[in-house]
Amino acid sequence: MAKVMQKADVVIVGFGWTGAIMAKELTEAGLSVVALERGPMRDTYPDGSYPQVIDELTYSIRRKLFADTSKETVTIRHNVSQTALPYRQLGAFLPGDGVGGAGLHWSGVHLRVDPVELRLRSHYEERYGKNFIPDGMTIQDFGVTYEELEPYFDFAEKVFGTSGQAWTVKGELVGKGKGGNPFAPDRSDHFPLTPQKNTVSAQLFQKAAWDVGYHPYDLPSANTSGPYTNPYGCQMGPCNFCGYCSGYVCYMYSKSSPNLNILPALRQEPKFELRADAHVLKVNLTDDKKLATGVTYVDAQGNEIEQPADIVILGAFQFNNVRLMLLSGIGKPYDPKTGEGVVGKNFAYQNMATIKAYFDKDQHFTNPFIGAGGNGVAVDDFNADNFDHGPHGFVGGSPFWVNQAGTRPIAGVSNPPGTPNWGSQWKAAAADYYNHQLSMDAHGAHQSYRDNYLDLDPTYKDAYGMPLLRMTFDWKENDIKMTHFMVDKMKRIAEAMNPKAINVQVKAPGTHFNTVSYQTTHLNGGAIMGTDPKTSALNRYLQSWDVHNVFVPGASAFPQGLGYNPTGLVAALTYWSARAIREQYLKNPGPLVQA
Amino acid sequence: MSVDDTSNARRDFLRKSLTLIPVVTLATTGGASLALAETKERQRDEDKPGQSARADAYQPTFFTPEEWAFIHAAVARLIPADDRGPGAVEAGVPEYIDRQMNTPYAQGANWYMQGPFQPDAPSEMGYQLKLNPQQVFRLGIKAADDWSRQQHGKPFAELDTATQDAALRQFEAGKAEFDPLPAKTFFAALLQSTKEGFFCDPIHGGNKDMVGWKLVGFPGARADFMDWVERDVAYPFPPVSIRGERA
Ligand SMILES: Cc1cc2nc3c(=O)[nH]c(=O)nc-3n(C[C@H](O)[C@H](O)[C@H](O)COP(=O)(O)OP(=O)(O)OC[C@H]3O[C@@H](n4cnc5c(N)ncnc54)[C@H](O)[C@@H]3O)c2cc1C
Ligand code: SF4
Repeated sequence: MAKVMQKADVVIVGFGWTGAIMAKELTEAGLSVVALERGPMRDTYPDGSYPQVIDELTYSIRRKLFADTSKETVTIRHNVSQTALPYRQLGAFLPGDGVGGAGLHWSGVHLRVDPVELRLRSHYEERYGKNFIPDGMTIQDFGVTYEELEPYFDFAEKVFGTSGQAWTVKGELVGKGKGGNPFAPDRSDHFPLTPQKNTVSAQLFQKAAWDVGYHPYDLPSANTSGPYTNPYGCQMGPCNFCGYCSGYVCYMYSKSSPNLNILPALRQEPKFELRADAHVLKVNLTDDKKLATGVTYVDAQGNEIEQPADIVILGAFQFNNVRLMLLSGIGKPYDPKTGEGVVGKNFAYQNMATIKAYFDKDQHFTNPFIGAGGNGVAVDDFNADNFDHGPHGFVGGSPFWVNQAGTRPIAGVSNPPGTPNWGSQWKAAAADYYNHQLSMDAHGAHQSYRDNYLDLDPTYKDAYGMPLLRMTFDWKENDIKMTHFMVDKMKRIAEAMNPKAINVQVKAPGTHFNTVSYQTTHLNGGAIMGTDPKTSALNRYLQSWDVHNVFVPGASAFPQGLGYNPTGLVAALTYWSARAIREQYLKNPGPLVQA
Repeated sequence: MSVDDTSNARRDFLRKSLTLIPVVTLATTGGASLALAETKERQRDEDKPGQSARADAYQPTFFTPEEWAFIHAAVARLIPADDRGPGAVEAGVPEYIDRQMNTPYAQGANWYMQGPFQPDAPSEMGYQLKLNPQQVFRLGIKAADDWSRQQHGKPFAELDTATQDAALRQFEAGKAEFDPLPAKTFFAALLQSTKEGFFCDPIHGGNKDMVGWKLVGFPGARADFMDWVERDVAYPFPPVSIRGERA
């Protein structure tokens, strides 16, 4: 028999960005909140203390802070006719674990969204006609507009302490010639901090981008350009470009995280409780499956414990949210054969391509060990629908950028194409090029398709005996077309830098999804938001259509991938959902949108 | 943003030094222990003879003498000592690998290791063998030495360097047939571990005297570049390690 805890108003599964934001918002509303986090307690001290954290082997190579696949992972296959195999070692994506989630060791590129991407299907149909969208591409509108979300983007940036330059504020041009992005939508306020300095690589990219006629801007970063105190009273010090950013806890208190920017305020709340080492197995429902009664979890000693609550928030990260819904029976599972059902539908990723440029040792010192996770210079000329897609025949856009987050030599030594992988020639090239190279990405949007989806694996189980989540996923013709178009446009920037050599890394036609090489941890969909319960799992407030006291924030709600990184939109949507709970749901618990 | 006039630099300096104070206060524990470690390390250095003696003195606890001979010979070819400076052996890579073999990682502790296994899956599906790193090294070294005996009549370590290089290329390309695991898999693990041992912080037993970092110009644990971000120049300071050693 599971031990039963005292009932809470709200139980939150996972304490990353979404869990922390919900915990803060709902305790502010006077509710008692219990957050359950499967991983260990983590914080700047001791997990980010200098010099112990400045250790590439432990953090980047052995991946100390990431999810432990021996306990729980996913299985992957490229299409429905194959048997999925376990993702045994972390590779393509790096899910978070422990208090703070991936938010503790993310990079900090902190963008909003291009408004067009929130109503992607409607926009393409209006501008290019219905037939432009290929068969089998299942892109949808989010069901919420940029204007509705703007106040929440603004507030999230203030909580995160984001450094950046506005283009317009309330319609007034403020960012021209100062690093603003002419393609950015209007804002109600400036960024809380001015942009960070630009690395040499970013300066070279900026100049070359101007030279070829593009419009470079300073990438907004959740790494501080100066000291900062956020609306919750949490303090940050200025980032020193230590270069141990992505995959590390920031020892300088400069990278925004749930632990640094929200948890100190929550600790003052008597009605908040955080339990680490609490792995949630499922959400418990009433017999008619219409209402959640709480969750069941396993503690560090292996005891099964029930936590009853009136509201359940799934903040366990994109694919864990989907898995918990499937394991608990929340919403109808998606079936790719019929296209019916919603949970697991529209699983999408990021469509990346990379170009590396190598300079002569007397030409430039890019010093790639200097860097900050969110720092860089970007162009949006080919993002979203900022150019005419008509003649090109693909859906989607891509920002390009140099985002020098800091590379260290075990993983970061990269030699010009044609160099052997070992021996004296490798060694000489490593010595000649390590400090004279830069890397730029086309961080492409990725679309959703009828047969890219998530369900439960029939064979493989986690350490608790529960089925793993199965990803059925591969690249499609549209993705390959888009990435080739993008890499050609980005190559012009690389060539304008006049490097000695360049290396273009782009998916060849027919390439299958590679689970080994890191791409991004920007996984989307599976529990998508929308306007119709037949085609979405959640309504526009991230509330389950089927079980009205379950809310599911996270990129699982995105009907397709963005050109940008997801967390800016994830955070804004979480605040938007929390506001709906506070202002509407608490007064009148029930569906916030009538089906 | 690229303009670096003095008044800007000065403002940055003031801003940084002012705000560093609370951060330093918060991080005292780390700072204090670093200072201590540094003093100890210096004293130890003074007591010790030459640096290379340190790398040689290590006694393996995982590898057998035959395996140890293979590791030495192989890593010496993967990153050779040459006119650009010390190689993997001088950096202590064998010690690094032996020490790694005694960590949970080498027992596959944080990999998903439940069956069924599909060892013949295409490479884009990732690692699908049942073997943990200890087994990959143990079985791989034996297979490599068996192959070498069969082809050349002696174990790998006794071949001349040109023959060793040719053999490594066969392993790398998967042209050598190994029975217990693909030669490619073994080679990839060996090369990855060699690079790890050459470039890791010395605290892990490799990169002795920070030779890997000095070779490429990596400053190690300095991790504070506020004043160097915008400058297209060589970073002038030598590397430091977690223990506070200075190159
Ligand atoms: C290396 C890296 C770099 C990144 N860089 C960027 C970037 O620059 N810009 C950007 O926009 N995004 C970036 N991201 C993505 C960003 O981290 C995520 O979008 C963000 O953290 C998502 O918030 P979340 O709350 O949904 O998930 P997380 O922050 O991952 O939190 C989820 C939490 O739930 C816990 N959990 C899972 N299952 C259970 C369970 N069953 N029971 C209890 N707890 C559970 C997990 O342990 C985790 O702590 C990066 C991610 C990584 C890994
Ligand atoms: S680069 Fe800046 S934000 Fe990132 S970990 Fe270092 S000091 Fe922190």
